[in-house]
Amino acid sequence: MAAHILPKRVYYTIFAILMFCTYLTVQIAFFDLGRLNAIAALAIAAFKATIVILFFMHVKYSTRLTWAVVLGSIFWFGILVALTMGDYLTRSWRMFG
Amino acid sequence: MATSTVLIPPRHYLNDGYGIASWLLTRDHKRIALLYLASVTLFFFVGGAMAVLIRLDLATPAGDLVTDETYNKLFTMHGVMMVFFFLIPAIPSVLGNFLVPIMIGAKDLAFPKLNLFSWYIYVVGGLFTLYALVTGGVDTGWTFYTPFSTVSSTTNVVPTALGIFITGFSSILTGLNFIVTIHRMRAPGMTWFRMPLFLWSTYATSLIAVLGTPVIAITVLLVAAERLFHFGFFDPRLGGDPVLFQHLFWFYSHPAVYIMVLPAMGVVSELVAAGCRKPVFGYSFVAFASLAIAVLGFLVWGHHMFVAGESVYSALIFSILSFLVAIPSAVKVFNWTATMYKGAVSWETPMLYAYGFIGLFTIGGLTGLFLAAVGLDVHVTDTYFIVAHFHYIMVGGTIMGYLGGLHYWWPKISGRLYNEGLAKLSAGIIFVGFNLTFFPQFVLGYLGMPRRYHAYPPDFQVLNVLSSAGASILGVGYLVPMVYLMWSLRYGRLAGSNPWGAVGLEWTTTSPPPTENFAETPIVTWDAYDYHAPVEGHVA
Amino acid sequence: MSPEAAHHPHVPGLAHHFDSLEQQTEATTLGMWVFLVTEVLFFGGLFMVYIVYRTWYPEAFAAASHTLNITLGTINTAVLITSSLTMALAVHAAQLGQRKLIMIFLIATMVLGAVFLGIKGVEYYAKFEEHHVPGPGFRFEEPQLAAHAQIFFSLYFLMTGLHALHMIIGFGIMLFMLGWTWKGTITADYYSPIEIAGLYWHFVDIVWIFLFPLLYLLGGRGH
Repeated sequence: MAAHILPKRVYYTIFAILMFCTYLTVQIAFFDLGRLNAIAALAIAAFKATIVILFFMHVKYSTRLTWAVVLGSIFWFGILVALTMGDYLTRSWRMFG
Repeated sequence: MATSTVLIPPRHYLNDGYGIASWLLTRDHKRIALLYLASVTLFFFVGGAMAVLIRLDLATPAGDLVTDETYNKLFTMHGVMMVFFFLIPAIPSVLGNFLVPIMIGAKDLAFPKLNLFSWYIYVVGGLFTLYALVTGGVDTGWTFYTPFSTVSSTTNVVPTALGIFITGFSSILTGLNFIVTIHRMRAPGMTWFRMPLFLWSTYATSLIAVLGTPVIAITVLLVAAERLFHFGFFDPRLGGDPVLFQHLFWFYSHPAVYIMVLPAMGVVSELVAAGCRKPVFGYSFVAFASLAIAVLGFLVWGHHMFVAGESVYSALIFSILSFLVAIPSAVKVFNWTATMYKGAVSWETPMLYAYGFIGLFTIGGLTGLFLAAVGLDVHVTDTYFIVAHFHYIMVGGTIMGYLGGLHYWWPKISGRLYNEGLAKLSAGIIFVGFNLTFFPQFVLGYLGMPRRYHAYPPDFQVLNVLSSAGASILGVGYLVPMVYLMWSLRYGRLAGSNPWGAVGLEWTTTSPPPTENFAETPIVTWDAYDYHAPVEGHVA
Repeated sequence: MSPEAAHHPHVPGLAHHFDSLEQQTEATTLGMWVFLVTEVLFFGGLFMVYIVYRTWYPEAFAAASHTLNITLGTINTAVLITSSLTMALAVHAAQLGQRKLIMIFLIATMVLGAVFLGIKGVEYYAKFEEHHVPGPGFRFEEPQLAAHAQIFFSLYFLMTGLHALHMIIGFGIMLFMLGWTWKGTITADYYSPIEIAGLYWHFVDIVWIFLFPLLYLLGGRGH
């Protein structure tokens, strides 16, 4: 690969952020925030995944094709969830009033 | 770079190494294609044998040839064999494997060892499934609906599920290989829009394989796990939802039908261009239509579940999306037809299959639109109308495309020409046999005959007998090519590099090609179907 | 020998069907990314099942989740994140051709991976003792939630089990990488095997990044 060699301190920084986010997500879990618990947990997880992808997996410095592949996989999983939940969430809806 | 004038080169991929090890341990994509050819043909005849028994039983209204249980096993195994072990791999793994590197001017696929491994995975999966067949069979239907498959069925569900799971990886790895090859190994000058349309179709097919197959993999694994460990994901008694299985199953299995038909469409594009000596009309529209089919194909799976218990609103969304997915297919049919207009239309065997495809796929596709309409689907779902619809596409479409491609590229693959008279005759027999088998089934379905039943009211017998008669004719039609194609290997006339006078990189190299495909890496400066400008290296 | 071969002096690590090391590296990297796409959809199916039943049975899922050991889960998350760091440092060392350092970081990654699996084993054993393993011996503290809690535990074992299987495979890949590094096959010019092994390992880490909150952090935990 066209070697973009990241300085090691980038990896250490990302590592620190990941550890902090882990601590954060566990702390939040001890509060009862109702719906927000899941949203917060997933948002933090998504952020962690994003920085792993961008920096540990070098996607920030990769080709557009790599970006397309990464985004495509997330989008396709999204299709599965969206259209399936579209069924489950509308099952109890009454028909046309 | 001139076309080779020798009729058959002294050294080519078929004689580059002898002995069974040179075949079973080959890295050459062309030899791997032939390994696949042998195995898919074997599974085709296993599935075909099931079909023979089914049609024999259905010739009489009483289910008197086999017991109910056995009949359930017959149609299940017919479906499993045909879908997973023939229709999905056939064109990609046989024609795709052979042609993709040659059509882009490369020496091999990106990952030759992975390619060989894919074949072994396919064979192992197939053996699992054959084992399940001979030790008692499966009776759930190829769709494995829960909770019957996970709780009540007493047949070999787990080995069959595992066989499908294993074979799925063959499909995934082949798709992966094609995607990387097409992205990264095109010869100098071979831009995306100079590629033959067969490659666009193969690329789109590979996208579907990579995105969809993993979901069926986890789904059949869940079925096996539920059966073995009684988890309850799909069991209402334990709080599970059987319809969830159907969502997961059809998320793959609908796009899978595009895995089955897109490669055939790719073949037809090649056949129509060569057979009419004209560039395909609207090249970029056809190319983008392949991608559109691949993408839209993932958005319509709920049309298999209109009566299964999905919400009405969900059904409406899936219905509208199903209408949309017909558009790119129609674009292709229009463009093939426009290609033929004022073309030098030929009537050689491959072209006969192409024209057959266009007509029969149109019928199959239009009946698909009927089924996309929820109101009509409720009436004909689980009847023979559905059976006829998908056989028009799978058999009238895909198998005709496969046979057309096999005949068109046979001279390149083998270096020999087959007997044209017998070939035309077989094509004719197949066309007649096919329509006689499946057209009556549209009527039967509309009249209400359920699918997967082997006993039916006597009023339906005439149509069933017509269908069974057609099936016997179709069977003959499939057997004859086996004979003359094998015969041609030994006794056929030598073909030379370009017996069709077609444009394409594959026709610039010898027949059969050398192991490394080209004596020198081609440098491409012409469009995919440059029939008007004679270019050095192509027979004008 | 084709005229081609005469133009290509043997480049270490270059397969004959590729024109250049750069083309080969691009191809193998793209190949690993496409493979990871299939893994996203593979795990995705399980996540889909989870989402449906989490939506249907929030109470049972929360109750079942509370019986998981959050301390061990958090430690495991930290362990896996650290292993991702050591893996990234292994790739970094490979880019600089630092053979010894590559091996040190690969071994560190494997050790951390083994720790993760060990802790997982401890957790599985605890579940077994508490009769939370789905099957005829399943018992749940709140009987009215038992059936749906069993679905949670089925998902727990399936998802973490599949994840653990991927880690074991990753382990095997690391061993291969260790061997190649030791033999001297990996150089600053040819290190893509380490890079793509890294991609695979980071993916396994990402799966856990999502599994951890979904399985361990449901609902408000009183304790």
